[in-house]
Amino acid sequence: MNTSAAGTPDPLIDTAFVRRWLSLATSAIERKSGWLTELDSAIGDADHGTNMQRGFAAASAAVEKEPSNTPGEVLTHVGRQLISSVGGAAGPLYGTLLRRAGKALGDQPTATPEELCVALRSGVDAVAQLGRSERGDKTMLDSLYPAVEAMGFALGSGAGLLAALAAARTAADEGAAATVPLLARKGRASYLGERSIGHQDPGATSAALLIAAFAEAAEAGAA
Amino acid sequence: MTERQVGVVLVSHSAEVATSVAQMARCLATGGATAAVAAAGGTEDGGIGTSAELIKRAVRAVDTGAGVVVVADLGSAVLTVKALLEDKELPDGTRLADAPFLEGAVGAVVTASAGGDSAAVTAAAEEAYGYRKT
Repeated sequence: MNTSAAGTPDPLIDTAFVRRWLSLATSAIERKSGWLTELDSAIGDADHGTNMQRGFAAASAAVEKEPSNTPGEVLTHVGRQLISSVGGAAGPLYGTLLRRAGKALGDQPTATPEELCVALRSGVDAVAQLGRSERGDKTMLDSLYPAVEAMGFALGSGAGLLAALAAARTAADEGAAATVPLLARKGRASYLGERSIGHQDPGATSAALLIAAFAEAAEAGAA
Repeated sequence: MTERQVGVVLVSHSAEVATSVAQMARCLATGGATAAVAAAGGTEDGGIGTSAELIKRAVRAVDTGAGVVVVADLGSAVLTVKALLEDKELPDGTRLADAPFLEGAVGAVVTASAGGDSAAVTAAAEEAYGYRKT
C-alpha cells in the first residue's frame, strides 16, 4: 500500500470508495447548485445547477436502491442515470464520462490508482469525442484534462492516491478559473461569441466539483 | 414499396416544436400511407430540454423492424441521442441523421412514406443541408 508524505495510508479504490465519491459529489452539487445556475445564466440557459442536482439526486437514489458490486459497476450505473435524468447537455456528457470510466475499470473488485487514472482519462476522451470538442473551447474539458493529467503526473512521480487526487483537484479548480478569459466554442454559450469572454464556464466548474469529490472520497477513506 | 416502413423520430428541446414539425412533415408526405413519425420534445415534466426516456419511448413506438431514423435539433438533443446509441439503449437499426431539424424531418418523412429504406431516409434528411436558399 502506498503512503502519502504525511504518513497516511492510501485508501482502497473499491465499491465503498466510489459510493463515497457519489455521496460527496451529490452533496457538493446540491450546495453549489445556485452558483452553477448563476454562472449558467450569464452565458447559458440558467439550468445547469438544477439539472445537475436532479441528475445526481436520481443517481444516488438509484445506486442506493440497486447496490452495485464493483467500482466499475457503480460508475456505469451513475452514468446511465445521468443520461436519463439531467435533461441538458451535461447529462449525456457526464453520463458518457462515467460509463466509459466504469467500463474501463471492468468487473474487478478494486482498482489501483493508476487504473483509476487511466479509466478517468478514457472517460474524458469519450466526452471530447461525443462533444467534438477540445481543450480551450470553454467547456468541462478545460478542468477535466488538467485534472487527469495532474493525477497521472503525480502518480508517475511516485505519489499515492491521496496526493494524486489532491493534485487533480487543484488542477481542475485552476482549469475552471482559467475558462474566464476564453471564448466559448461549443454549446449555447458559443452563440454569444465575444460576449462569452469574462465568465467562468459552468460545465468546467461542475466538473471541478466532481473531481474535488474524488479527492474528498480518498481523504474520508484514509481518515 | 416495402410493407414495413422506416420510422422517424423528431427530438427537439420543445414539445411544441417536435409535435408541429412532425405534423407538418406528415402533411407534406401526401399520397399513400404516411410513415410512422413520433415526436420526443422537451422534458418529461413539459419543460424545455431533452428527455432520454421520451426519446426511447418514441423510438420504440415507431420501430417496425425496418429501422428508425432520428432527427434532432440542438446540443443536448443531439448528444443524448448519440449517448443512447453508444450505450445500445435504442433498438438495433436506429440511426441519427446529420441533418437540419425541420428540413431534415420533411425529407426523412417523405422518403420513409415513399418506402425508402433506412439508408435512403437518412440520406434524404442529410441532403437537406445541400439545399441553398440564396
